[in-house]
Amino acid sequence: MTETGNHPGGRACAGLTQEQGQRQVFCGLTSIVWLHRKMRDAFFLVVGSRTCAHLLQSAAGVMIFAEPRFATAVLGDRDLAGMADCNEELDRVVNELLARRPEIRNLFLVGSCPSEVIKLDLDKAAERLTAAHQGRVRVLPYSGSGLETTFTQGEDQFLTTLVEQLPASTDAEPSLIVLGTLADVVEDQFRRLFDQLGIGPVHFLPPRTGDELPPVGPGTRVLQAQPFTGEATRALIRRGAERIDAPYPLGVEGTRQWLQAAAGVFGVPDERLESVIEAPIARARAALERQREVLSGKRITFLPDSQLELPLARFLSAECGMQPVEVATPYFDREFHGRERDALGDGIRLIEGQDVDAQLDRLRADRPDLTVCGLGLANPLEAEGLRTKWSIELVFSPIQGFEQAGDLAELFARPLVRHETLKV
Amino acid sequence: MQLTLWSYEGPPHVGAMRIAASMKGVHCVLHAPQGDTYADLLFTMIERRPGRPPVTYTTFNARHLGRDTAELVRETVNATYQRHQPEALLVGDTCTAELLQDQSGDLAQGMDLPVPVIGLELSAYSRKEGYGASEAFYQLVRGLLESDHGADAQPEDAPRPPRANLLGPTSLGFRCRDDVQEVTRLLESIGVEVNVVAPLGASPADLRRIPQADFNVSLYPEVARATCDWLQRRFGQPTVTTVPLGLGATRDFLTEVGEVTGLDVSRAVAEADARMAWYSRSVDSNYLTGKRVFIFGDGTHAVAAARIARDELGFEVVGLGTYAREEAREVRRAAKAYGVEPLITDDYLEVERAAAEASPELVLGTQMERHIAKRLGLPCAVISAPVHVQDFPARYAPNMGLEGANVIFDTWVHPLMMGLEEHLLGMFKEDFEFTADAPSHLEAGAAPAPGGAAGEAAPAEAATAVAEAGEGTTVCWTPEAEAELKKIPFFVRGKARRNTERFAADRGIATITVETIYDAKAHFSR
Repeated sequence: MTETGNHPGGRACAGLTQEQGQRQVFCGLTSIVWLHRKMRDAFFLVVGSRTCAHLLQSAAGVMIFAEPRFATAVLGDRDLAGMADCNEELDRVVNELLARRPEIRNLFLVGSCPSEVIKLDLDKAAERLTAAHQGRVRVLPYSGSGLETTFTQGEDQFLTTLVEQLPASTDAEPSLIVLGTLADVVEDQFRRLFDQLGIGPVHFLPPRTGDELPPVGPGTRVLQAQPFTGEATRALIRRGAERIDAPYPLGVEGTRQWLQAAAGVFGVPDERLESVIEAPIARARAALERQREVLSGKRITFLPDSQLELPLARFLSAECGMQPVEVATPYFDREFHGRERDALGDGIRLIEGQDVDAQLDRLRADRPDLTVCGLGLANPLEAEGLRTKWSIELVFSPIQGFEQAGDLAELFARPLVRHETLKV
Repeated sequence: MQLTLWSYEGPPHVGAMRIAASMKGVHCVLHAPQGDTYADLLFTMIERRPGRPPVTYTTFNARHLGRDTAELVRETVNATYQRHQPEALLVGDTCTAELLQDQSGDLAQGMDLPVPVIGLELSAYSRKEGYGASEAFYQLVRGLLESDHGADAQPEDAPRPPRANLLGPTSLGFRCRDDVQEVTRLLESIGVEVNVVAPLGASPADLRRIPQADFNVSLYPEVARATCDWLQRRFGQPTVTTVPLGLGATRDFLTEVGEVTGLDVSRAVAEADARMAWYSRSVDSNYLTGKRVFIFGDGTHAVAAARIARDELGFEVVGLGTYAREEAREVRRAAKAYGVEPLITDDYLEVERAAAEASPELVLGTQMERHIAKRLGLPCAVISAPVHVQDFPARYAPNMGLEGANVIFDTWVHPLMMGLEEHLLGMFKEDFEFTADAPSHLEAGAAPAPGGAAGEAAPAEAATAVAEAGEGTTVCWTPEAEAELKKIPFFVRGKARRNTERFAADRGIATITVETIYDAKAHFSR
């Protein structure tokens, strides 16, 4: 596991079955639910249909406490019949929005299935609107369409658009970009660890505001904090950056190796690394031990959702003693996911994509102790006597890093403990 | 193109899903891209449905667009039929599929499946969820009754009690589960049998029995009106249109059933009573008199709420509106009767503005208005869809019929009563038991510190008390006047403040003093 360098694409496909059919997954628009909270001066305007608006509202729950920093420009009959010029209409809606929300500095025009089918050119619209609101708002396009993206891939598209905006740096001195949204608390923990290791400058992408975009150039090193950042990583590499090969920072081992990979690239002596991570690792192991008693020996299946499935299965298997039965991912990145696949070892059914009815048939035959699935399936499976863990919580909760390792295990232990506790 | 932040209704195909999910033996195939499956979670999470909704999605993606999406429809319909063996299939497009123009309904109908296949045209770019539900229900009923297996009213010889169909209750509808039980009991109490309840809990075979009833009850007109109108034309079944929400409407409902069936219901009407009637007349309810209520919801519940508010609780209706354009006519008519401007909009910001302007003491609305009321620091009760997990209580809690009238009384009055309790706490706050951090059921900052309860921000409030009155005129309150105002019991304080500000604005008084308060009081008490 200490080897570096990319896995060649072909080898990483072995042992992976591809499935096609009905998918029970979110589209990429859903990532707006956490992206808008991460980037506080950004507004996300979906150009789409009433369905897009309804999806965002349903996925965001009922958090109607304030005017949200996302909205939908809903296409109507007039737009489609050509009675109204879609571009003029979009300009009008954006003007209306910006008049109401003067604090917005970055406006993302998010493409959807309908905008893609009618070939509405949001790249051009963004250029036009940026020029029209010169100096006040930066307007950027990306696609969250279900035709192109599954759930977290929406963030990858968003990040790829951001990468194009990064200022160029010719500096050969190494700097670090940590890629993929992390909870603020996790980000702060990692920043402290990097400081203690003497690694810097460190930038997190996406940043908390639009004016914190880090420079990119030949000195830039990229450390993926999330598995769904492949396209953005490739975009950074095209701009001169180098990727640090590492597992994703889930669990004690994942986090240790993730930091170790960065430390290696930045020339941090081993003794210094060990002294910095010794105490957090001891804490994390103690926290994990309690959950391990519940989880050890339990069988678990992952339905495809966020691309976090492979590293999560690796963590639960290696550090909590669980036995993965089937691990399905919506998308297997042949360039970057091979390492996590290899860490899982053999004897596990690995699936890319979904045919939900066939998958549920296998699930009913396997009857694992715990199934990680989306909200549309959780209660129906519980009603069949299967224990479930909502997958969406794994995207919204702070789960990365040493201090969260115990919390992460507890998320999986809770449904099992609850089942044992209830007498109704 | 319309800027939409939060919406009251989903797209029309969600309405069609609700019809399929309400029924047994009906499956819905939606021609839809990846991601549209999100709507399943409304059923499994909000309603806590223990099974997956009977919906299959074609799940096309960018790769399919270059090939044959129509073939994908056929494959999916076929696989769905093989796997689920439904007695009837609904087939329609979501918004993206509508653009592809595959005509999924026609395609499916051309496949010669051995069960009825109903194609739906849902007009995703002009219509919404309510329409989708109404249209899907109508097409399904019509499709089944006009098909070869369609039933007809068989001639009957033996005398039998009158029979009714209860039409309109759906999955994800507001309190439908319990309303059906309550209305069934009500009808049975006057000797009317319930023939079919649909779509909730019905099978296609049940729908075929609809013509065997003597009349239909349009329980939720948003869903059932089009179907009831057609049944009336096609089978001559009259429709009972009174929705039994509230005690008065429940009595009217019984009267209308009597007219339609020829049953003598005069005794049942006279005896129809609910505990809420006495509660409302009891002296402790005096403080409810003239409470200003702002009402917003689906058409049926909003109009019914206005009547209950004024006639059964003695409130004053200060706002009435709906997000459902299909119901605009009914709401306009009612608003005129209550002397208020009707609010027909699905823009929640406009609703928030209107609610703030009406300065109500109670908001009756949807979950969206619950949030609006929370921001405005007002008590609120939820009366209508769109639904929330809270709208599916574990206990029996109908809104219709006699028990429904009691449930409504409790639901609306408790938020106000809690305010009264808070006031009493404020009155006794000088007593040593009542310290500044005395326990309160109200969330911090949620209520406008009624009765000056517990640690209120009096100095800040008094110093900065500036009100907008009339046409943008700004009126200030002196600290003494603010303090005097606080001595007025909280349940009339809002009114006193408004009246004083209006009085001052009308006379060009820029600063309200203690004198102004009493001048205004004298003026308005004449």
